[in-house]
Amino acid sequence: MSDIKKFMYLNRRAPYGTIYAWESLEVVLIGAAFDQEVSLIFMDDGVFQLVKGSDTSQSDMKNFMPTYRTLGDYGVRHLYVDKASLEARGLTQEDLIEVAWEDFETEEEVDNIVEPVDADQVAQLMAESEVVFSF
Amino acid sequence: MPIEVNGKTFETDEEGYLANINEWEPGVAEVMAKEDELDLTDEHWDIINFLREYYEEYQIAPAVRVLTKAVGKKMGKDKGNSKYLYGLFPYGPGKQACRYAGLPKPTGCV
Repeated sequence: MSDIKKFMYLNRRAPYGTIYAWESLEVVLIGAAFDQEVSLIFMDDGVFQLVKGSDTSQSDMKNFMPTYRTLGDYGVRHLYVDKASLEARGLTQEDLIEVAWEDFETEEEVDNIVEPVDADQVAQLMAESEVVFSF
Repeated sequence: MPIEVNGKTFETDEEGYLANINEWEPGVAEVMAKEDELDLTDEHWDIINFLREYYEEYQIAPAVRVLTKAVGKKMGKDKGNSKYLYGLFPYGPGKQACRYAGLPKPTGCV
């Protein structure tokens, strides 16, 4: 593969109330077929998308919360979470799900690709990305 | 087109996927396979059951690439490859096996 680009999906909305979170997740799953370098950032109310034990089925939507845990299998390398957004909502990494990643060929494994980052890191990650999708 | 299984009618979408995954029973897979002129063996059932467990856990039908990897992890590399899976499900393991398992069409599958 010669044309691998860095894709960044920015998720800023709660998983319920609007369709944005689910739409974003679907685009990530579809895009994963194209072998790009994919990362996600969760900011503002978007951090709620990764809170353990969430269930969106009460909001007349499919409960897609368990689907986030499969992102590693779809080749997503990083799920970054904005620290300030977590703190503002009284959340810590302990409240978030864990997502494992494994390279089937090399058997390289990462137990958890969910990683809190500060504002400077977010800015840097955005700057490094070649394609940014905002949801 | 709805399908008939043991006297019960199951609604499907225009591509033949079950409308309601919760209605699924093994007979659904048997009837669908018969229409495709395919005999379901234990090897087919391993994949169908695997897909149902996958959906139960993650709430999605995996893309074929992900399915292949996941099967390899669970059942060994001799089964986690496209040749083996296409051998079982000639119309594509993602589409065909998901349909038999009562799952929706895999996300990203056209």
